[in-house]
Parts: sequence; structure tokens; C-alpha cells
Amino acid sequence: MGDEVRVPIVYDTDIVAARSEGRRMALELGFSRTDATLLATAISEVARNILIHAREGIITISSSLNDEIAEIVVVATDEGPGIQDVEMALRDGYSSSGGLGLGLPGVRRLMDEFRINSEDGKGTEVSMTMWRRQ
Amino acid sequence: MMGEAMARDTSKEAVTPPPAAGMGDAALLKELVAHLRDNRTELREEWARRISDADLLTAMTPDEIFSEATAVYDNYVDALETGSVEALQAYARDLSERIIPRGVETHEVLGIVLLLRDVLARSLFEKYRADPDLLNRILDAYEPAANRIAVTVGVSFVQERERVIRQQQEAIRELSTPVLQVRERLLILPIIGVLDAQRARQLTEQLLQAIRANRAKVVVIDITGVPDIDSAVANHMVQLVKASRLMGASVIITGLSSDIARTLVTLGVDLTSMRTVGDLQGGIEEAERQLGYALPALEDLDDELD
Amino acid sequence: MPVPILKQGDFLIATVQSALSDREVLQFQDDLAERVGSFRSRGVILDVTALDMMDSFVSRAFRSMALMAKLKGAETVIVGIQPEVAFALVQLGLTLEGVNTALDLEEGLAFLRSLTRRRTDGR
Ligand SMILES: Nc1ncnc2c1ncn2[C@@H]1O[C@H](COP(=O)(O)OP(=O)(O)OP(=O)(O)O)[C@@H](O)[C@H]1O
Ligand SMILES: [Mg+2]
Repeated sequence: MGDEVRVPIVYDTDIVAARSEGRRMALELGFSRTDATLLATAISEVARNILIHAREGIITISSSLNDEIAEIVVVATDEGPGIQDVEMALRDGYSSSGGLGLGLPGVRRLMDEFRINSEDGKGTEVSMTMWRRQ
Repeated sequence: MMGEAMARDTSKEAVTPPPAAGMGDAALLKELVAHLRDNRTELREEWARRISDADLLTAMTPDEIFSEATAVYDNYVDALETGSVEALQAYARDLSERIIPRGVETHEVLGIVLLLRDVLARSLFEKYRADPDLLNRILDAYEPAANRIAVTVGVSFVQERERVIRQQQEAIRELSTPVLQVRERLLILPIIGVLDAQRARQLTEQLLQAIRANRAKVVVIDITGVPDIDSAVANHMVQLVKASRLMGASVIITGLSSDIARTLVTLGVDLTSMRTVGDLQGGIEEAERQLGYALPALEDLDDELD
Repeated sequence: MPVPILKQGDFLIATVQSALSDREVLQFQDDLAERVGSFRSRGVILDVTALDMMDSFVSRAFRSMALMAKLKGAETVIVGIQPEVAFALVQLGLTLEGVNTALDLEEGLAFLRSLTRRRTDGR
């Protein structure tokens, strides 16, 4: 039981589209406004990482409800350059592009579950989950 | 909503009796249901009697037990007839909601449903004992349906109970952390008890909403009642202060001894964003100074000069 | 949609009216810099009441707008950050250090007035 939306990330306006889809789905699933905001913020960060570091990619947002457990899973995939050192990229303040380098470590704090799969030269997949709090 | 759609899906799993030779399923069930309807009065009374014999539902009066028993009985027979437990489930939820606050326990609810199953099985046994073959087939049709009904009612009760408990915990939490407005633009938040990550989050959300609702400019947070202030607790406080500042409110922390403050700093907690004042009284005075209450003369003078 | 920037006396009031794309944020940044210079403004209010989230990109942009305005002699105050947005920003690790904040437009104006008054008095 659930819903799935795929948002291709090619232009900067797609970032706005992806995060508002995420917010909408979270609210529909009964997430609090705070959680919906945290989710939208996390989506915005990974979507922009795609645009800046990999040029383009896709964000898939899926919601599911099973036995009262409601969750939203976001998967951001691209075929960009990949992240050489994932551990480094997750450190507060590390950026290869003059950013604040807060994106990824921040996203990890916003979400309940967070995983990066990246192969140097092949691309990156960030997948993250948020559960509905009671 | 999705939740409702889900619940409906499960309940639609039909209560189908196994096939029986000679008489068809439908006919068997029909016969069974007719028997339970014909003997409604006696069976219901028998059930209510067994409930009080077993010392179940002691929190309820005999009249209440009888009227609830009637409703459950009718829903039970309907469920047998239609194969859908939907209505029974709804009733069980509703019943649970009413009796949970009175202290009815899970074992009592399971107990009464199992008693009903037993009372009805006995009556079927009485009626068909002369024809063991038919009796067997009737019981074969009855048993799985009755078990499923018992499970449905039990599960509804447990779920409802969990929901009520969660709600109560929530209410207690909120009670224990009131945000008080002492005067215009000034809020006081006395925190009492352990401040774990979940509670810190809840408090922060509550405080931020209160800042907006009261248009607060200064917040005094008293942590005298928080035991074991370690770096985790301190970091929650720092986040609370920073989030409040983003909304334009400044925070004064009281009840943090200078010893603990020093220890926190050596542990690497950055307290620079936090204004700390020894006790609540001092904190409120400081807040009033910030709001300009303590300096009316100066303010007036200022305005006159303009 | 471009962000309208209104002149009110010595101050500029910029009201963000809906979610901004990155390009719109950069455009806003340029527009504001240009206005602060041409009006010789003393203060800037950035009203973000309508924003339902702020990510690292937009916070960084707002922060540099405030710094830029300061270089040109105008003090900036961000007003109207919503409770949920404030919470998310702090979780993300972005706290707009060094930028003034106020509850809403009214408070922001009061803040800027008190600043400019103090400065005039000091002369
Ligand atoms: N999709 C991606 N493809 C390739 N590299 C990436 C990707 N996402 C992140 N990275 C790498 O990880 C680093 C850290 O990412 P993070 O989002 O934390 O910081 P940033 O994007 O550089 O800055 P900020 O998000 O604060 O603006 C990036 O600098 C980049 O090198
Ligand atoms: Mg980034």
C-alpha cells in the first residue's frame, strides 16, 4: 500500500518540485508539519547535490503504510562522478566545491536512516528513510 | 485515508467455513445463524451469567454488561452470517474506547469473547447431539469463524489500548513541560525530569510554536529540575537556544551551576550562544531588563528627546 | 516569481512570496544589492514568512546578502522564520550566525528603528 513519485533532476526548478512532492506525501501519510519540513529540506539538499556535483539524476520518493508503520523512502540516483571518499563527504564542513559542506552530514541528522552507495566514476545513490512518529 | 483503506482490506478476508458434505456451506451457516437468533434471549443471559461467574468486567454494572453483551452478541451473529467482521471490529473499537478508561484489562475482553464462543458451542452441541455427523459439520463451520471473531475483537481491544496509553503518555509529557507566559513577550519554561533526545525535540517544537503564538521576545528556561546535565543535554539546550534565536527570541538559561557550566565547556560544549543566569528570579529580572521594563525612565527620556 | 523589494523611508522591505528556485535566489541577491546601493538604505528587512523550508543554499544566500548590505552601510534583519523551518535549520546545522532575526515585520521594523536611533544619538 503506498505511493511512488519519480522526479528527474535536470534544472534548478526540479529541486523545488522534488521537495514539494516529498512534503505533500509526508503530510498525506500523517507526518507532522515539522517532519514534513525536515523531509523537504533533506530532499532539497540531495537534489541540489545531484545538480551541482553530477549534473542530472533522478529522485524517487515512495511512501508506504503497513500495520500502522508509515514511512517515506527517498532514493537519489545519478550517473555522475561518484564520491571518492564517502566518509570524508559525511564530515561536517567538507566540500569539494566551496560549499558549506553541511549538506550530507545535515541530511543524515534530518532523516532516521541514511545510506550512500557510490562508485568512483560511476555514480551515486543516496537512500534515506523517515518514519512517522506517534 | 490509507489507514482506513487498510483496515477494511483485512476485515474483508471472509470468514469462510470449510466445505461440508451433504448440506452446503451456505445452508449450514444459515441453519447455525438461525439457531443463534432463535435462542438469542437465553444464550445472551447465559453468557452474561458466565461473565459474572468468572469475575470478568468487574468494573461494570450488571446492566451495562447485559447491554454490551447484547450488542456484541448481535454483531457476533451478523459476522457469522455475512462473513465480514467489519461491523464487529468497529463495535469492538468503540466498546474498547469506552471501557479502557474504566480499567478493563485485555484478559477480561479475551475472556468474555472466549466465553461467548464456548456458550454458543455448547448450545450447538445440545441441539445437534442426536446427529453426530451434522454436529461435526456444524462445529467445523463454526470453529474457525468463531476463532477469527475472537481474534478480531482481541486485536481491536489491544490496539485501542495502545492508542489510549500513547495518548496518555503524550498528555503527561505536555503537562510536565508547560510553557508559561509571565507577562507580555516573556515566556518561562521550567524543565523537570530527564531530557532525552525525544523529549528535547518535543520541547523545542513546543517552545517554537509558543514563541510564535505569544509573540515572545525573551524566554527563560529553568533547568534546575533536570538531573544529570551532561554534554548531550547541554547540546539539546544549545539547539533550543539557536532555534529560538532564528525566530527572533532570545533565551536565558537558569539553574545551571557554574561548576557544571565549566565542566561542559571542558567537554567541548560551546556555551557561547547561551546566556546563563544563576536562578529563576535573576533570570526573570534579566529578561525584564532586556524587554525594557526595568528602564522605563530611560525609554521615556529617549522618546522625549526625539 | 521575482521577489518584490519595496522602499520605505530609509529601509528596504523584501518579501519572499513563494518557494524560490536557485536562479531566483541569485536574481534576488543581485536585485537587493543593486537597490541597497541606489537608495543608500540604512536597513533591510527580509521577510521569509512564506517560506515553508530553507535549505543550505538559500540560507547561505541570505547570509551573504546580509553581509553585502552591511558593507554598503545597511543592517539586515530576517523576519518570519516559521517554527518548523527554524527547527529544520538547526538540525541541518545552519543557524545564520551573525545575522539579525526578528519574529515578524513589525518586530523587524522596531529593531531597525532602534538601531538607527541609537546611531543618530551617538553622533
Ligand atoms: N551526487 C553526488 N555526486 C558526486 N559527488 C557528490 C554528490 N553528492 C555529494 N558529493 C560530494 O560530497 C561532498 C559533500 O557534499 P555536501 O552536500 O555535504 O556538501 P556540498 O554540496 O559541497 O556543500 P553544501 O551542501 O553545504 O552546499 C561534495 O562536496 C561532493 O564532493
Ligand atoms: Mg550539498
